[in-house]
This record gives sequence, C-alpha cells and structure tokens, in this order.
Amino acid sequence: MSEIVVRAPQGHIEVKNFSLSYDSIEGPVEAVTETQIHVKPGEFVSIVGPSGCGKSTLLNAVAGFLKPTTGIVTVDGEKVNGPSAERGMVFQQYSLFPWKTVRENVEFGLKMRGMPRSQRERAARTLLGLAGLEAFEKHYPEKLSGGMKQRVGIVRALATGPKVLLLDEPFGALDAQTRVIMQQILTNMWQRLKISVLFVTHDIDEAIFLSDRVYCMTARPGSIKAEIPIPLERPRQQSMMMSSEFLALRRGLMSLIREESLKAMGGEITDLGMQGLNIELHGASLADVI
Amino acid sequence: MSSPALVRHPEDGMPAPAIAEPGPAPAVITPPTTPPSFGAHALRWYRLNRAGLRAIAIGVISLLAFLLVWHLLTTFRVVFFVRFTNVPSPLAVYASFTKAIHDPKFLLHVLLSCRRIFFGFSLAAIVAVPLGLIMGRFKLIHEIIFPVAEVLRPIPAIAWVPMAIMLWPTNEQSIVYITFLGSFFPILVNTLHGMSLVDPVLVRAAQCLGARERSIFREVYFPASLPHIFTGLTVGMGVAWVSLIAAEMISGQYGIGYFTWEAYSLVQYADIALGMIAIGVLGLGSSMLIRGAGQLVMPWRTR
Repeated sequence: MSEIVVRAPQGHIEVKNFSLSYDSIEGPVEAVTETQIHVKPGEFVSIVGPSGCGKSTLLNAVAGFLKPTTGIVTVDGEKVNGPSAERGMVFQQYSLFPWKTVRENVEFGLKMRGMPRSQRERAARTLLGLAGLEAFEKHYPEKLSGGMKQRVGIVRALATGPKVLLLDEPFGALDAQTRVIMQQILTNMWQRLKISVLFVTHDIDEAIFLSDRVYCMTARPGSIKAEIPIPLERPRQQSMMMSSEFLALRRGLMSLIREESLKAMGGEITDLGMQGLNIELHGASLADVI
Repeated sequence: MSSPALVRHPEDGMPAPAIAEPGPAPAVITPPTTPPSFGAHALRWYRLNRAGLRAIAIGVISLLAFLLVWHLLTTFRVVFFVRFTNVPSPLAVYASFTKAIHDPKFLLHVLLSCRRIFFGFSLAAIVAVPLGLIMGRFKLIHEIIFPVAEVLRPIPAIAWVPMAIMLWPTNEQSIVYITFLGSFFPILVNTLHGMSLVDPVLVRAAQCLGARERSIFREVYFPASLPHIFTGLTVGMGVAWVSLIAAEMISGQYGIGYFTWEAYSLVQYADIALGMIAIGVLGLGSSMLIRGAGQLVMPWRTR
C-alpha cells in the first residue's frame, strides 16, 4: 500500500507528431492526424470531441494497443511499445473478469507480478476498503451494479501502482446520479495517489468538472482543435457546476464541439439546415408543401 | 412482510382462548414462539420453491400418464398403423428388471458399456479441449487442422465401424475408438466456438495488468471458453452413447447395446424395452454428472 500512496510524482505522457491510419480497400483511412498532447506528472487531462473523432484511438495508442503510423508516444521519456502494467486502463464496458471474484479481479495485476498470495490478498482488501467495496470482495462481478463494477475496475487498474491512469469513457454507461458520485470518487483517488490521468469522454460537464486541462478534438480525421486550461479551484463541489466560471467554460467547449459534430454529420447540415426543423406545416400535408 | 400474517393463520384459534381466560397465559406464549418458526420456515420454503415443486409434480404425473398409455396400448394389443401386439407391457418389463438386477451378466453388460463410455469420452475430452484451445489461439494450427476436421466431422460414428475393426487389433478397442470419435467433434467444435467468442476487451484488460501470453491463455481464454466447453461435453456425452450403442449392436459381445440386440434375436421382448430404458437412464445420469461438474468448475455461473 505505502508504495502506491506515497510516491514521487511521475508519469509524464508525451504524444508527438502523432497520426494513425487504417488500411482499407479504398486505401489508408486517417483516424487521427498531426496530434500533439502531453500530460504533466500528476495532472488530470481530458480529451473531448464528437463521436468517431479518434479520441479512443489516441488513448489506445497511449495504452500500447495501437501503434502510431507516424510520431511517437512516450511515458517518462520511454517509448510505448505495447501494453504494460505501468499504464493502468479503465474501460467503458467495465471488463471485469466474470470468473473471478471482486477481490481476485483486484489481485490480478499483483498476481501477474508474482506477488505471493497472502500479500496480494491483503493489498486487495485494503484497496477495496478505500473504495467502500470490502463487503463485496467475495462476490462475482455479475451481481454488482454498474457503479460498483466500475469502482472495482478503477481499483483493479490502480492496484499495481501504475504511473498513469487511462480511462476510456468510464462512466458512459452509468446513470446520472451514479456518474456524479463516481466522478467524486475518481477525483478523490487521483488527489491521494498524485497519478497522471488521461480521461476520454464526450460529456463536456464531466471533462470540465474533473480536469486541469481539456483537449478538444476535431471531427475525423481527428486532431487537436483547442487546448483549454480549467482554472477552477480544488476541491471542486457539485454546486460549482452552476457558477458563472463553469458555465463560461462550458459554453466555450460546447460551441467548439458543436462545430465539429456538425462537420462530422456530413457538413451539409448547416445552421440554416437546422432551421428546417422549426418550419410549421400548419395542417398541410407534407406532399402539399413539397 | 406478508409471511408472518400467513404463518399465524393456522394458529388462529390460539389467541382467542388467551383473551377469554388470562390464567394460562404462559402456556399460550410458548407455542407461538416455537411452532410458528418451523411453520414459517416450511411455508417460506414452499413459497420459494413453488415453481420447482410444480415442475416435479407435473413431471411425475406426465411419467405416470406415459406408463398408463403404454400399459393400455399393450394390454389391448392395439393395432393402429403401428402394431403393439408383440410390445411388452410395463409390468412385463418391470418383471424382467427385477430379474436382471440379480443377474450378474446384465450388470456386466451395464458395467462394460459404462467403462467404454468412460474411456472413449475421457480420451475425447483430453484431446479435443486442448486442441480446440490451441486452434482457437494460433491461426496457423487452425488453418492446418480445421479442413481435415471439417471433412471427418460429418461422418457418423456408425460409418466408422468397419474401418475401426480394421484399424484396431481388438473389438474392445474399436468400440472405444468409435465412442471417442462420436464425442470428439462436438467437444472440439464447441471449444473452438467458445474461443472465438472471448471478449477482446478482457484480453486487453489482462495485458494492461501485466499479463503475458501464457497467463492470458490460462486466466482469460480458458475460463472464458469454459461454458462452451461444457456445452460441448454435454453434447459429446450424448453422441458418445449413440455411437457406443450402434457399435455394440454391430460388433459387440457385451454391453447394453449388445444386450438389447441379443434380446431381439432371442425373442425376449421385455428385455428389449429393459435395454432401451437402461440406455436412457445411463445417458441421463452421465449428462447430469457433466452438468454437476460444470457447476463445480464454474461457480460464477450458478445463480
């Protein structure tokens, strides 16, 4: 435990001149192009963007699942060459092992590292206690609610003491109330562990509420459209989401994403086209109008 | 919430006398503490298991109805497209059953069939499960073995009988071989299917936690495929019995399949039905064994 909680801040993520393209019959398709991002040690950074913009692709490249076509991904100066326990990952689909109990799931990373059973059992119990899941250690994931599953997912990713934590829309499948609680739990853990976090979401409020900095991506092929520092004070409270500062940031990000979402939907839907939605038919049938 | 009210119901008579004469109050207080708790348990148990009890009751009635119809068809020697003139009645079969269980020869037939199933099926499981896992993981091995398996798979085990007799020096070996073949392909195909359905996100999750190839195989691919492996084992066990009985009828000297066929040759009609029922019961029993093993091995799937 002590090694996880007290540690010099590290985990400097650097993504330089990054692009990634897939092969298809029509030739290579660019998913992400000319992207530079970085996460300083102990910083909480989010990536937002319209769906399909390649934000998950970027995160998967940092995790080591995808190789960049050009450019380089480094963590603390070391090139990322494949997945490793140094970069913990939390998935939207929870991805807990259904055949392992909650505690066995949390132990998994430690087991892979060769830690003896009694030691890793103790470590897993302590971590589960921090997440308020001690009572569920012997349950199988199937029996848990979505919020509990994702808490286990986060604890499992943190158990090996990674340098960075990567989260791919982790709260996307949760209901609004659970989501807010999970955001607070995540903030709490992040502040305790002083770990670098790269967080992918399409929820603007979530990105502002959690982050020190937010990257906004363009429509496909994705690249960084804007980088927005979030100067809101910490600790942040739920009530802050009504403050004028928060709302101003929200408005700014909203308009950036809206532009890109419209582009992503094919471009021909301009603001003028959207007005069509307001035309009143006044009882006439559609055929009459046409 | 409602159960206490329901529990009190049978003892409705008790509180009334207590109010009428306050004298024997302690005697009244004791009975509600002990018997209702038993009653409550029994009632709660009944309410929780009502669906199961209902299924059992209907199952028993259905079996009895089957026996009754069988009895009526045979006692009245019904001839209506099919002829029941020579079909033994359930009572005749029961009589030959009581005789057979004291006959060591009949028991030997049963035992030998079980032994052949045990060896044939176990060998099939020992070969097909690892092969399926490896084929599912390594593309090249899949590409090499799959075409051969696909050609051999549709050949029914019975069609293998002449070839098996040529291949193996003893009759016993060829029968076990046919049983093996019968269960081999269902197990292989289902294991492969299970491997193809392993959620790639779980593999990624394991990789992110520092798992290497060997650990991923043991900790992710294998347990993720287990439900399908057990489907394969259950189907394989069914086909093993089909193949075994066919093989025994053609080339056996012992075994329950041989017993059934011999009974026909010897005009012992009751023994035909006895043999058939024995096969049914043995098949059911072995399937239940596999299901039980599955529940032991996959505790996360029991609800």
